[in-house]
Amino acid sequence: MILNDIFILMKQELMLLGIIMILLIIKVGKDWSNESLLNLINALLLINVMSGFMMPAEGFLFGDMFKTNSLITLEKNILNIGTLIISLQSYSWLKNHKHLIEFYILMLSTLLGMFYMVSSGNLLMFYLGLELSTIPLAAMANFDLEKRKSSEAALKFIISSAFSSGLLLFGISLLYGTAGTLSFTEITSHLTNTPLQIFSFVLILAGFSFKISVVPFHFWTADVYEGSPVAVTSYLSVISKGAVLFVFVSVLYTVFKPLAEVWYNMLFLLSVLTIVIGNLFALRQDNIKRFLAFSSIAQVGFILVGISGSSQMGTASVIYFVLIYIFSNLGAFGVVSLVSAIAGKENISDYRAFYKTNPFLSWVLTIALFSLAGVPPTAGFFGKFFLLIAGAEQGNYILIAIAALNMVISFYYYLRIVKSIFMDPNEHPIEKLTIPMMPKIALFICLAGIVVIGLWSSIYEYIYSLSTGF
Amino acid sequence: MNEIPLTHILFVSTALFFIGMYGFFTRRNMITILMSIELILNSVNINFVAFNKYLFPQNLDGIFFTIFIISIAAAEAAVAIAIIINMYRSLHSVDVNETSELKF
Repeated sequence: MILNDIFILMKQELMLLGIIMILLIIKVGKDWSNESLLNLINALLLINVMSGFMMPAEGFLFGDMFKTNSLITLEKNILNIGTLIISLQSYSWLKNHKHLIEFYILMLSTLLGMFYMVSSGNLLMFYLGLELSTIPLAAMANFDLEKRKSSEAALKFIISSAFSSGLLLFGISLLYGTAGTLSFTEITSHLTNTPLQIFSFVLILAGFSFKISVVPFHFWTADVYEGSPVAVTSYLSVISKGAVLFVFVSVLYTVFKPLAEVWYNMLFLLSVLTIVIGNLFALRQDNIKRFLAFSSIAQVGFILVGISGSSQMGTASVIYFVLIYIFSNLGAFGVVSLVSAIAGKENISDYRAFYKTNPFLSWVLTIALFSLAGVPPTAGFFGKFFLLIAGAEQGNYILIAIAALNMVISFYYYLRIVKSIFMDPNEHPIEKLTIPMMPKIALFICLAGIVVIGLWSSIYEYIYSLSTGF
Repeated sequence: MNEIPLTHILFVSTALFFIGMYGFFTRRNMITILMSIELILNSVNINFVAFNKYLFPQNLDGIFFTIFIISIAAAEAAVAIAIIINMYRSLHSVDVNETSELKF
């Protein structure tokens, strides 16, 4: 009976584990050519995405260590789709890489860690998932083995993430001391706003803020994003950040619910700082990966505005925004990774007159940037709109006003790139790129996602109906 | 024989935590930074074991958590040292001041 439960409730995790096992067996066995391997892996990932939608189930396993319900299944499906898109996009970079299988094994084990983190019902499980999702990522950041930049990025990532998990653990240990249990549901009943509990909460919040790069803890972000290979950068900025955000929302709304007044003020301060500083630094970047890093910091600030709303709409708008953010950010990163892999150029000034030579890629990049900025017909507008409405439910209009003003500022730097693509003259534009089939499919998926999610409102209603209230 | 009070143990673990933090921010050698992180993690271990023994002896949650922290710290150190070795090949130094190719 229990075995039956495990197979149904943990099907997404078991599926990933199966793919990792297949890859390990291939690694030990005879050599495959890179192209056939990539085809096989992408097919497996596609099966993985599709199997996620089948047989949804709800329940608890191992006491309450592992829980799953339709919202958590949806979050895992979102992460699965993002991973498939990244895998398709990095085709041209991985085709010539010597350690292709190791890359996928590391990537899928981080995804497995995120799955366990998302469905954790216990602080121990949560911590294990978090570590499983960060340690292999550091190894992935070092995947351009001979480049010095890449290992610098990996070093900065592993050291800052180890430090942040140290802070998080110290907070967890103090929380254990005051509550006497590690299970999420039991902790809530023991929270009584004592100073020690608030201190432990601050440490846990700091640990989370490191992982989603909220402003006072954001220093590693730009360096790691610039140094790592583009595939890893997009994975870091979308999948790993999205998974931590999902957990962050559920932990704040369920476990730390008795401390709501305390964390509302903290979130207010953090979100204002994050939006303003992320925007100011994004204004002055030349490297397009660094630029996208700071723009992603500013986006996290908007997400914090939505979280501070603390309502059913808060959960729904965050998940909806992460879904949109995956498509729009991956659209931008897809073009950047193609240009970087084939032409080897990563500066914004290299993109001048990009439209003359590569009209299709220019349109993809433009629509993705419009969606990131929040221009109405694209999905990004609705994402930010719902986030701000969720934040406004608390009645604190200063926060909403600051966020809205910063949206206007962010238009400047997003449109600056669009302007240089279409209008600026350039004697030596990037030559015409031939796009391989798989990245092309990925770009079409991103485009479709940006347009369809914006126009088809029942997706938001579906997410809203699944999400739990405050 | 008198038992050592819980506050004494918590004092040791908090001191260890802040010593680790101080080392993390002031040391310039990558290996020493890793050692500082280990100090932080060990202070957490002391906390867990002490809380478990003194306050909640009926369950073993804290001790289990400690075992997991020890094994994960080992994995983390292994990956970090692999990265440092890879870095040493191109940099010929383990000083973090040299890692300055990426800057604002």
